[in-house]
Amino acid sequence: MNVTYLDAIREAQAKALARDDRVFLYGQDIAAFGGAFKATKRLAEEFPGRVLDSPISEDAMVGLAIGAAIDGMRPIIEMQFADFSSIAFNQIVNQAGTHFYRTGVPVPFVIRLPSGGNKGSGPFHSQSLESLYAHFPGLVVLMPATVEDAYTMLLDAVELDDPVIFCEHKLLYYHLKADKLPAEGLPIGKARIARAGTHATVVTAGAMLHEALKAANQLAEEAWEIEVVDLRSAKPIDTDTILASVARTGRILCVAESFPWGGLNAEVIARVVGEGFHLLDAPPLRLNSRDTPIPYHPNLWAAHRPTAASITTALRKLLGF
Amino acid sequence: MGQLDGGRKLEFGSGVREGPEADFRGLSGEIGCTGRKPFFRVTRVSAAKTHRSPSARAGSKHQTSAPHELLLSTYKWMLLARTLEDKLASLYRSGKIVGGVYLGRGQEAFSAALAAHLDQAGGDVYAPLIRDMAGRLAFGEPLIDPMRTYLGSPLGPMRGRDGNIHRGRPREGMLAMISHLGAMVSVVNGVLLSRRLRGIGGQVGAACVGDGATSTGAFHEALNQAAVEKLPLVVAVANNQFAYSTPTSRQFACADLVDRALGYGVAGHRCDGTNLEDCLQTFGEAVRRARQGEGPQLVVGSLLRLSGHGEHDDAGYVPAAVRKSALAADCIDLAGGRLIERGWAAEVDLATWKSEAVNRVEEVLEQVASEPLPDPLGETWCALSVRHLCEGNLGA
Ligand SMILES: Cc1ncc(C[n+]2csc(CCOP(=O)(O)OP(=O)(O)O)c2C)c(N)n1
Ligand SMILES: [Mg+2]
Repeated sequence: MNVTYLDAIREAQAKALARDDRVFLYGQDIAAFGGAFKATKRLAEEFPGRVLDSPISEDAMVGLAIGAAIDGMRPIIEMQFADFSSIAFNQIVNQAGTHFYRTGVPVPFVIRLPSGGNKGSGPFHSQSLESLYAHFPGLVVLMPATVEDAYTMLLDAVELDDPVIFCEHKLLYYHLKADKLPAEGLPIGKARIARAGTHATVVTAGAMLHEALKAANQLAEEAWEIEVVDLRSAKPIDTDTILASVARTGRILCVAESFPWGGLNAEVIARVVGEGFHLLDAPPLRLNSRDTPIPYHPNLWAAHRPTAASITTALRKLLGF
Repeated sequence: MGQLDGGRKLEFGSGVREGPEADFRGLSGEIGCTGRKPFFRVTRVSAAKTHRSPSARAGSKHQTSAPHELLLSTYKWMLLARTLEDKLASLYRSGKIVGGVYLGRGQEAFSAALAAHLDQAGGDVYAPLIRDMAGRLAFGEPLIDPMRTYLGSPLGPMRGRDGNIHRGRPREGMLAMISHLGAMVSVVNGVLLSRRLRGIGGQVGAACVGDGATSTGAFHEALNQAAVEKLPLVVAVANNQFAYSTPTSRQFACADLVDRALGYGVAGHRCDGTNLEDCLQTFGEAVRRARQGEGPQLVVGSLLRLSGHGEHDDAGYVPAAVRKSALAADCIDLAGGRLIERGWAAEVDLATWKSEAVNRVEEVLEQVASEPLPDPLGETWCALSVRHLCEGNLGA
């Protein structure tokens, strides 16, 4: 069997629908059409009345999910692209994020955000918004980087009693494959050592994991052993796993596809500096995409986001201190 | 089905709701039956209060035996709300309430008339807004909730974590508004869709907004969404002529907000928001139609805010002509006058009810004033219900 990352997301939703009557799916073009990326292919047929097309109303889509969650359901909302979740920003951060703290009533639902860049996607179909949502209290923000994690983390997200922002990466949809889907994965909030090493640590997540692994393999040819940490979760951050890795390597580079000002990379570095300054043999570095809108042409796009090449360069600098 | 809302237990197929359904159809009319046959019953597992009349008499608004009883009980909720809000205003002026105080003065009839037709125990959902003290009380909010919330008591529903109008009891059908106008309407839609998916019929949801909130994208998205799903939603628009200081002429360009109903494909209703009888009749009809499956109902009431936006605001921007217009009539005075005129109450009854309201407000104030204050050391500082995923104490 050959399962893609997208299959994993589809299968996770099928399983969630099958095993829990409280689950329903709501999003644009997701019913008969099966979704812009086909992540809900045939689910409307298999689960009649539980996969619903929504109007183009991101604010109301999330508002509806919150109301249903308050009432005991477990909705999964598909944003057609992560970028359009900005329309629902208010419902996500002010309604969903505050509800449990204010009222004591949890709002369990999942928003799936097809995230990240792709050739030719341009400024409005490419964004990585994990740092934005992680900034707000009351939300869990997940970033599966593997087929296995896409599957188990989505199932775990549906079971979680709090709102989850599920950042699935579009670049991984079709290309990333696994032999089979796992029965279970690491718990939510735990990072994973994707590659063990001793000379430097790369902390990353999502599609950037694969760029970082390529960079590590390249440097391995020069006998550098790079450890790569797959965060899996942008919020909470598994600070312990990161610090343990830095304790082994003494060097850290953070890599993220999101914009450079603040965000996940800055947060990880602040924690490492604050709690593990004594572990560092070199200044912590970070690599983000550039501080411009995400460009359309592949030549520009490739130079906008971190790649294996730019990660390798940054690692050489880190190793040179 | 999977696990249901922990606060209530649903019994399917049990036939009838407790108590006969009465539907107010105006003072000259007869009592109408809604004709619907609920096939389930909602029983409270938690210690939810039974509905009490404002003068603390036991009895449900749905056990009304004559139309004028609904009028009387609604009038009393209005009186209680006004009395409580007058007290809150004075607490604010004496510095005992932080933040702000936002009153529904002049809007009690429109607010309470909607809630008078909702059935909290039967599972109806209610999303009140800024000026709905009267509606909240009529829906079933314990009188102590607003006092505790304004004073920040940790024993209140918001436990000092949120204040003033931002309060609710979501498990008991009363959503806790966020400030962002228009945002609650789609949340009510979500509760209603959930009920549909769970096979529960006969319940309605109500969302309250002002004229200003109708200009938001959230309001538009949500009303359209409700129309597409044909949800049993009643949207009450209190057109009080101003949004803070902005007159309706700078808010929208349509002749009447109710005209928008056509564009959304929902039913539209208009009423005189100063006239309790008209409000009761109009909302009675709107709620009945929503309950019967006729889809969303948009009710627009014309009235005037008889206070500033908040108690910090003297509303100097309201032109004298508007202050002297019919919109500026006090709905409580009007309703009281009608009750006397029709012989349903005497002057002395009104005075008695008022003093009962004053006593009840003083009682809750006394109780809340003796309660502890929120303690930052006892606070969990965790915004997630799954505690081990909280990062709330970072950097502390
Ligand atoms: C989205 C949003 N923008 C601005 C505000 C600030 N604000 C609070 S109340 C208010 C006026 C509301 O007017 P209206 O909807 O007519 O209700 P009213 O106060 O008249 O009852 C404004 C502008 C807000 N709460 N939400
Ligand atoms: Mg207004």
